[in-house]
Amino acid sequence: MTTVLTQDTANAASEAAADALVVNGVSHRFGDKQVLDKVSLSVARGAFTVLLGLNGAGKSTLFALITRLYDNVSGEIRILGHDVRRRPTAALQQLGVVFQSRTLDSDLTLEQNLFYHAALHGIRKADAKVRAAEALTTVGLADRAHEKIRNLSGGQARRVEIARSLLHRPGLLLLDEATVGLDIGSRESVLSIVRGLVERQGLGVLWATHLIDEIAPTDRVVVMHKGRILYTGSVPGLLQATGQANVREAFRSMTGTDDSAEAA
Amino acid sequence: MNVDIPMRSFEARAPRRHGLGAYGACFRGIVWREVLRFLYQRERFFSALVRPLVWLFIFAAGFRQVLGVSIIPPYTTYVLYETFITPGLIGMILLFNAMQSSLSMVYDRETGAMRTLLVAPFPRSFLLLSKLIGGVAVAVLQVYTFLVIAYLWDIVPPWYGYITVLPALLLSGLMLGALALLMSSLIRQLENFAGVMNFVIFPMFFASSALYPLWRIREGSPLLYEIARFNPFTHAVELVRFALYGEIGAKIDPTMTPVQAGVSLDGVLIPLASGELLDLTHLVVVVTCTVLFLGAAVFAYNPSKGLIARRGGPGGGNAG
Repeated sequence: MTTVLTQDTANAASEAAADALVVNGVSHRFGDKQVLDKVSLSVARGAFTVLLGLNGAGKSTLFALITRLYDNVSGEIRILGHDVRRRPTAALQQLGVVFQSRTLDSDLTLEQNLFYHAALHGIRKADAKVRAAEALTTVGLADRAHEKIRNLSGGQARRVEIARSLLHRPGLLLLDEATVGLDIGSRESVLSIVRGLVERQGLGVLWATHLIDEIAPTDRVVVMHKGRILYTGSVPGLLQATGQANVREAFRSMTGTDDSAEAA
Repeated sequence: MNVDIPMRSFEARAPRRHGLGAYGACFRGIVWREVLRFLYQRERFFSALVRPLVWLFIFAAGFRQVLGVSIIPPYTTYVLYETFITPGLIGMILLFNAMQSSLSMVYDRETGAMRTLLVAPFPRSFLLLSKLIGGVAVAVLQVYTFLVIAYLWDIVPPWYGYITVLPALLLSGLMLGALALLMSSLIRQLENFAGVMNFVIFPMFFASSALYPLWRIREGSPLLYEIARFNPFTHAVELVRFALYGEIGAKIDPTMTPVQAGVSLDGVLIPLASGELLDLTHLVVVVTCTVLFLGAAVFAYNPSKGLIARRGGPGGGNAG
């Protein structure tokens, strides 16, 4: 018996073997300003990776390149093995994003917002209904599907954005400062949902933040400062490399900044 | 918080190629969202209607005697100024709606909502065109509501005009929407939008045939006449004007002078079997401008070549 390897099965096989995200030697300039300088990092599947950096470190620019808001002109970015420049459709199909700023329509209901997002991924209405219900259950908001977004708290709206990012069943989830402006309870709730997704669904997560207390001892950490990656590895490895007792001190010694208000 | 997260096999996912059905679902979703948002924002709906109605009920009534018009195509008899101004006010609805949608795109870019559209796994040109058509669908809803009120005000085109005007509305709406889309990529900050009102919307509207026929403009100011002739908005208004009467353009007797014919004779003319010339200038200008504006907008939003990429920042602004 011969096995016919179709393009799709070959793609699926290569996805299965690839990291959720690989960024390799990416630099970027805005005019004369170098905002990213040979940035390399990876996010394994089933791993929660924290991208730690102060405001202005280049995190949002990196996210803009990964999401192909504009193209990277140097280096390469792969999402589950798919180059975002050469195979943008396949790459973006595997990508879920929660942006720093709120991007829901406040006049529409939770369900209508999710339907819109499902449509952006070519998912038909009947299928979208099932997925929306499933995603809202995942974030604990199934009973509020028909309410307008404007009636939700900031934390609940964030959970809807997470539900939205899961609708097309991505392999990689990017979250850019997802807990900014939330109270402690909401922050914990959002973090717990995302960590649950990593644990139970095997998603690769890149969690950009400037809040050090969001890092768990088992997380992978990428320290970014002024457009450069200063460290990639485990939390114990970071402490060992800097000779500091905690992540806050390690971050300060590594970046040479005393601004503890920024990296709180 | 305890949440129940269903287990899922990660390896089972294979990249899906988008078929026509997926494109259709995406298109419908984008248009549906634009229409839904518009219907939910009732204030926007009413304010969009009030503007042309004020012009119709007050301005046109007041200027009826001052600006009386002659018989020019497509009208076969003297018409009231309200009737003449109706296509211009339809153009006004299309123009303001396009600019409103441009404004919302600049706002969406600043807040980040535009990104949810741009990171969708479809060609960017398809996404932008879909959004554009969504905006036009909203404008067409407004125009038909306006036409119903105009009907009650005794402005009654032939019954088939309500159908034949639709393609003209779509085309003109697309042209103005594409221009707005292009501008949304060029405007860096929301605050700059006030400039758009002063430098784009008002000149486009007033230097056109929306409020007065071109021959009257020529009498008053030959320079303004030339500007109006090259103003794409003039051609959009004229396309709508003719379409309301089931026509594409004026049918010109070749023995007449341009002034007698009430049209310019240096446009795109095709001979008809009857010996007359059919003026397709309005259609050609609107289609050409739509293609040009849309092409430029797609270029501006292109991730590798576009102006947004060069100018810097995901929202055209800061790099965080």
